[in-house]
Amino acid sequence: MVEEIQKTIDTEEEYTINMGPQHPSTHGVLRFVVSLKGELVKNVQPHCGYIHRGIEKMCEKITYPQIIHLTDRMDYLSAHINNAAVCLTVENALEIEMPERVKYIRTIIEELSRIASHQLWWCAFGMDLGGLTCFFYGLRDREKILDIFEESTGGRLIQSYNCPGGLMNDIHPNFQQKVKDFIKYFRKVLPEYDQLLTGNVIFQERAKKVGYISKEEAINFGLTGPSGRGSGFACDVRKRAPYHMYGKVDFKEVLYTEGDTLARYKVRIDEMWESMKIIEQLIDNIPAGDYAVKMKPIIKLPEGEYFQRVESARGEFDVFIISDGNKNPYRIKFRSPNLVNLTAINAMSKDHKIADLVAISGSLDLVIPCMDR
Amino acid sequence: MIFNIYDFTSFTQWIDNLLYSNLSPFWALIVEMTLIGLVFLLGYALVGLFLVYLERKVCALMQNRIGPNRVGPFGLFQTIADLIKLLLKELISIKHSDKLLFNIAPFIVIIASFLCIAAIPFAKGLHAMDFNIGVFYVMAVSSMGVVGILIAGWSSNNKYSLIGAMRSGAQIVSYELSVGLSLITMVVLAGSMQFSTIVEAQSDGWFIFKGHISSVIAFVIFMIASTAETNRGPFDLAEAESELTAGFHTEYSGIKFAFFFLAEYMNMFIVAAIAATVFWGGWMPLHIGGLEGFNNAMDFIPPFIWFFGKTFVIIFLMMWFKWTFPRLRIDQLLTLEWKYLLPINLINVLIMAFLVLMGWHF
Amino acid sequence: MNIIGYITDIFKGVISLLKGMKVTGSYFFRPWTVVTQKYPENRKKLEMYERMKGEIVMPHNAKNEHKCTGCGICELNCPNGSIEIITFQLVSEDGKKKRAIDKHIYRIGMCTFCGLCVKTCPSKALSFAPNFEHAVFSRERLTKILNKEGSVLEKGVEG
Repeated sequence: MVEEIQKTIDTEEEYTINMGPQHPSTHGVLRFVVSLKGELVKNVQPHCGYIHRGIEKMCEKITYPQIIHLTDRMDYLSAHINNAAVCLTVENALEIEMPERVKYIRTIIEELSRIASHQLWWCAFGMDLGGLTCFFYGLRDREKILDIFEESTGGRLIQSYNCPGGLMNDIHPNFQQKVKDFIKYFRKVLPEYDQLLTGNVIFQERAKKVGYISKEEAINFGLTGPSGRGSGFACDVRKRAPYHMYGKVDFKEVLYTEGDTLARYKVRIDEMWESMKIIEQLIDNIPAGDYAVKMKPIIKLPEGEYFQRVESARGEFDVFIISDGNKNPYRIKFRSPNLVNLTAINAMSKDHKIADLVAISGSLDLVIPCMDR
Repeated sequence: MIFNIYDFTSFTQWIDNLLYSNLSPFWALIVEMTLIGLVFLLGYALVGLFLVYLERKVCALMQNRIGPNRVGPFGLFQTIADLIKLLLKELISIKHSDKLLFNIAPFIVIIASFLCIAAIPFAKGLHAMDFNIGVFYVMAVSSMGVVGILIAGWSSNNKYSLIGAMRSGAQIVSYELSVGLSLITMVVLAGSMQFSTIVEAQSDGWFIFKGHISSVIAFVIFMIASTAETNRGPFDLAEAESELTAGFHTEYSGIKFAFFFLAEYMNMFIVAAIAATVFWGGWMPLHIGGLEGFNNAMDFIPPFIWFFGKTFVIIFLMMWFKWTFPRLRIDQLLTLEWKYLLPINLINVLIMAFLVLMGWHF
Repeated sequence: MNIIGYITDIFKGVISLLKGMKVTGSYFFRPWTVVTQKYPENRKKLEMYERMKGEIVMPHNAKNEHKCTGCGICELNCPNGSIEIITFQLVSEDGKKKRAIDKHIYRIGMCTFCGLCVKTCPSKALSFAPNFEHAVFSRERLTKILNKEGSVLEKGVEG
């Protein structure tokens, strides 16, 4: 029996191995069926769905404020951004203008969670390449952001801070000071990341010219976020279709044209600098005002279709709601950047070594619960 | 009782005479061998366990952590607790694996590292055997370990293990060359392969100072190549835990895994000991010509402390490498050896021979 | 191969490696930068943020009174049914019938800490508490009754 199965999956030239669902470098329960010729990757078939919870279906049964706690649990590394997307959709559908204060706070917390997400990506990526020390440095600095979150929102990983109509509660009095302290600290520490990993000759060799994808292909695959911008595809929703305060702050859309793992890496490192720039512009002038608009106890969206794009830490996160006028959505659809980015992995890793496959999947920064939903 | 911590020659001689005078030569030899074996076995386990603890503490401090701190003072007994856990764990037998080879592989790996210790001089007169071809013996014996790794990978009936073992084979066969050539550079300087002679030759200055440029290059190459030979990071492709889960020992559990684990740490100790002996003067204290008071003060420190001190400094260097650098890819690993280390090494041997011929060393 | 390029490559590589070693080495020789907290030992002086969503509690005042009127809005708003309220009819002295809670059941094992119950409660009867040591040996103990034994509704809170 075993021999028979073996014959069908292993040919004379190629053999197949399963990477995952329990594998240290797939960051969760993702499974790659990899065809190898020696050490060369010939074909990668991603199998997802191991952590499918039916979030979209569950959302059809619950009210709009309740959806927030489910979007938290999709892309848990940028939970706040996902929540903001749902809230924005509902608010736009009801044509409610948010107070300035809410917009400021949302933008700051979104950028903080982007930094936190990129920090975790950095440490996991370093670990994928075998540099275990990166992991602890990244987590050490991420801890400071999580503390800021915890003080204001009550949650560390999953904040549930947004709600349709504003925020759950006002920011903590210490919030501004702590964010400023963190920025000051992180500006000192981020160059250390470069010394430890970016400049390292081993890392450069491992990342350069690995997992190349051209701009055209990136657009065809729909790569967004840092993965797309590493190929020169200007896809930052914060610039293309500004929401919150992004239209009014000054920041650069980070673009690299190399299209390899190193370019995707550099986009993320540079994005951390840009995020810090955005926060510094906003943190001192948070206007006074309400932290939430008074909403009806039961929110009902008028009949119709509503759509909102936001830029999550991994790419474009879209929410599409069809409402039939009830208190819960008729159908809700999330565009997960992870699932779309994953599709490119076969094209990227063809004829690379198996060690490169690990680096490439790390450079895409996949979060499996968001992919499977 | 002729016990002297500065010179063990008379002490070992005394034990030897005692045994031979009381027993027939055959039994005396047997008892002697058993004694040495037991001492080494005990030392092996102790040093191995201590190294595991040291590695954890060192990497923890580098990563802003505390490291083991629960079992015993400063977590000193953590590794012993781990050992007990490993001893009690089930030995899982794998379906469709080659049972004989699967069971024999950890022993081959551990024996290879065990054999190496025989040649290392721990202090003056404190070595199991003073081969006249000590350097050659160590190199020959240490390369046996790869056989165990290859067998482990092949017999596990696991593709991850096989990839790891094959990588390890390619890696060790290549890096053996660099280790050998860098040691040969020093043999050229010493004029002998006998470890005791090499150490004695360094009484007026360690080889790394005596051979200046050439020695330093040889030392750097030896450090790189020996790190690769012991399968440690950044050259840990054979186990590459983010790619191959655990490489060649994926399928091993319990004490068989512990053997691989212990052998890895002991190999590290052995290469560090050889580096200390050949480059840093082994148990020889630091002497600077012309400073009598300083030299006498240095002589006051017992030789085995010098030896272990130097060895642990080199081990710390290797740990520092492992916890800083990302892992290389297999083709880059071979490129590093064949395009960089080997040519430099060959030129270095020539330079060293020239230096020795012209008498330009110190 | 260009020989000068070859040698500069080697030197550049070695320098980049040394830079990395400088970072890890500097942390090794600065043990006071360690960020680990020894958890069970520092339990006494461990201070959690006051807003931390550890568990949901119903604050009682000194006279064993709470503010929950038993309206059931928290139960309605809870997305996954971790709250259940059992009420009974209380007949007051002047003969009016009034609703009061018998049990406010809170299943912490199902709670996702979304905060909707706390936010929507009209009488602010619920709040988050920063307790995080929830490990228990049996699942039954994760079902908690939030109102204390014999507690009554605080005066002045209208249901």
